[in-house]
Amino acid sequence: MTPTPLSNSNGKFGPYGGQFVPETLMPALAELTAAYTSARADAAFHRELGRLQDTYVGRPTPLTHARRLSAQLGGAQIYLKREDLAHSGAHKINNALGQALLAQRMGKQRIIAETGAGQHGVATATACALLGLDCVVYMGTVDMARQQPNVFRMKLLGAEVRGVESGTKTLKDAINEAIRDWVTHVAATYYLLGSALGPHPYPTMVRDFQSIIGREARAQILEQTGRLPDTLIACVGGGSNAIGLFHDFISDEQVEMIGVEAGGAGVATGKHAARFADPAVGRVGILHGAKTFVLQTPDGQIADTHSISAGLDYAAVGPEHSFLRDSERAFYTSATDDKALAAFSTLCRTEGIIPALESSHAVAEALKRAPTMRPDQIIIVNLSGRGDKDLDTVMKHL
Amino acid sequence: MHRIASAFARRTALMPYLTFGYPDAETSLACVQAAAEAGADLIELGMPFSDPLADGPVIQHSTQIALENGITVAKCLQMTTELRRRGVVLPLLLMGYFNPIFSYGVSRFTRDAATAGADGVIVPDLPMEEAAELETACRECGLSLVYMLAPTSTPERIESVAARASGFLYLVSVAGVTGERQGWPEGLKEFVGRVKQKAATPVAVGFGIGTPAQAAEVGRFADGVIVGSAVIKAAGGAQPVEAVRQLVSDLRRAL
Repeated sequence: MTPTPLSNSNGKFGPYGGQFVPETLMPALAELTAAYTSARADAAFHRELGRLQDTYVGRPTPLTHARRLSAQLGGAQIYLKREDLAHSGAHKINNALGQALLAQRMGKQRIIAETGAGQHGVATATACALLGLDCVVYMGTVDMARQQPNVFRMKLLGAEVRGVESGTKTLKDAINEAIRDWVTHVAATYYLLGSALGPHPYPTMVRDFQSIIGREARAQILEQTGRLPDTLIACVGGGSNAIGLFHDFISDEQVEMIGVEAGGAGVATGKHAARFADPAVGRVGILHGAKTFVLQTPDGQIADTHSISAGLDYAAVGPEHSFLRDSERAFYTSATDDKALAAFSTLCRTEGIIPALESSHAVAEALKRAPTMRPDQIIIVNLSGRGDKDLDTVMKHL
Repeated sequence: MHRIASAFARRTALMPYLTFGYPDAETSLACVQAAAEAGADLIELGMPFSDPLADGPVIQHSTQIALENGITVAKCLQMTTELRRRGVVLPLLLMGYFNPIFSYGVSRFTRDAATAGADGVIVPDLPMEEAAELETACRECGLSLVYMLAPTSTPERIESVAARASGFLYLVSVAGVTGERQGWPEGLKEFVGRVKQKAATPVAVGFGIGTPAQAAEVGRFADGVIVGSAVIKAAGGAQPVEAVRQLVSDLRRAL
């Protein structure tokens, strides 16, 4: 793992991040930070994680040149980082396995997690089955209804799935409930948070575990083309696949980085999850332990979000993305449900790849940008997950 | 003498919790008046938030209803003014999660809260590491920022938080969310004792205290007792004002 520093000692990325949690959890976060700092510096920990990445997850995942798609668009060459081919079907396993190993190292037998689309829940249930840990996954009942196959998958893997009926019954409520569980069972429980959000050290730790995506992609594109890409594109819900792709390219200043949020029914309709797109509702605030951009009402209540993809349907964004956006190192845009669905279909037919609806948002941005670029330019799209889980949703719309 | 300090000086203080706007705006005000008349020494008033992650189901439900009733931070401040107009003289502590306060504007909030007649602020998702701005703003307006301590707090944290305490320290009796509990966490008395050694302010205990018997037991070693979910249950019944009056009066008698 690249020895990049942790975010500064109090877990801030510029003004963002921090630890806005109840007092009960502060000692647990200190314990976690200490354990992670020690694991991060321990070659044996990295050896074991590396062994599982190679022999269990199937890393490195390929970098696929999407030749037909690129030719059809007549512009930049599109390369797909194939996290859909990672075991359990998405990039989520990178983080789940890393944190599950950490939990084991800390002597915590009981793992809890939240999930939106179900991919993080499946990844956590997978890692727990592999390592013999107990697993409870909180999931909003709205999300359970739209991601049934993943609910079944988690149960098959031995996890207990607890439906969350509070609030909007989606990802944010699942996180609330996971935090309530953690506060109540803090001594023996490890909270395996699934994205680069929440209180410090999670945004840094999750980024580190996901940064293998960008590290591999950088080496692969150099090997395949002899040069760095011009543009990176990734979808951004909490933002773990995006920060994982971006991280190793941050000092390559010529590489443009684009995050794609969920535009839902369109930013103008107010039915979306684009935290950076609409200053009327997307403002700096505090949710789930971090200061970052949050969709909220004028009174500071967390706003309802909308996206066809459960994994992007979340009111806050990981704090490092807020920092990258302010510093203009990364740029953020959005794709609507319709554009994501169109991109989903296009990729199925031109490349024989069924992408997750989340990843389809990134593909949609590539479809828009590639024709404006030269054929000798390169875009890497993070294909963060596969779309099997979304077939029900897609069949209703296509 | 500071209003909060004098509330603890007389006797073991009883601090019931009510949610602004639950079951509706007018009834919540009447419940506060009834609690004050029935023997409360301070009152904790919850400002609703969509994502109350430190609260159990009873208080969650009350804040959800309050939001449906259109309660905002601004309305909570207006209701505080109204309580003072109606002659409620007890210390009033505003409890709210940080985002609505941050959104309202930290210094604007403390100024308006002080003007409205509040005595202090309790923010369950704002540990001392993140509280500098609010703490300063509170101090400038003469408000107490009441810090929480938990059974998980290390000796070092207890010492640092106690050193920054204003008004009183809010001890969470058990690792968990708000809500009534059967039985009693082991080591609570010892925990309160450890904090008292370090604290220059009174020490009140909350979370899990619902019955007069529990209040009496905790009141033997704590300076104050905080009762939330049981009061909210009373406020959610058929005769909210009478039920709150009865419960507070029973709690008071037991202390």
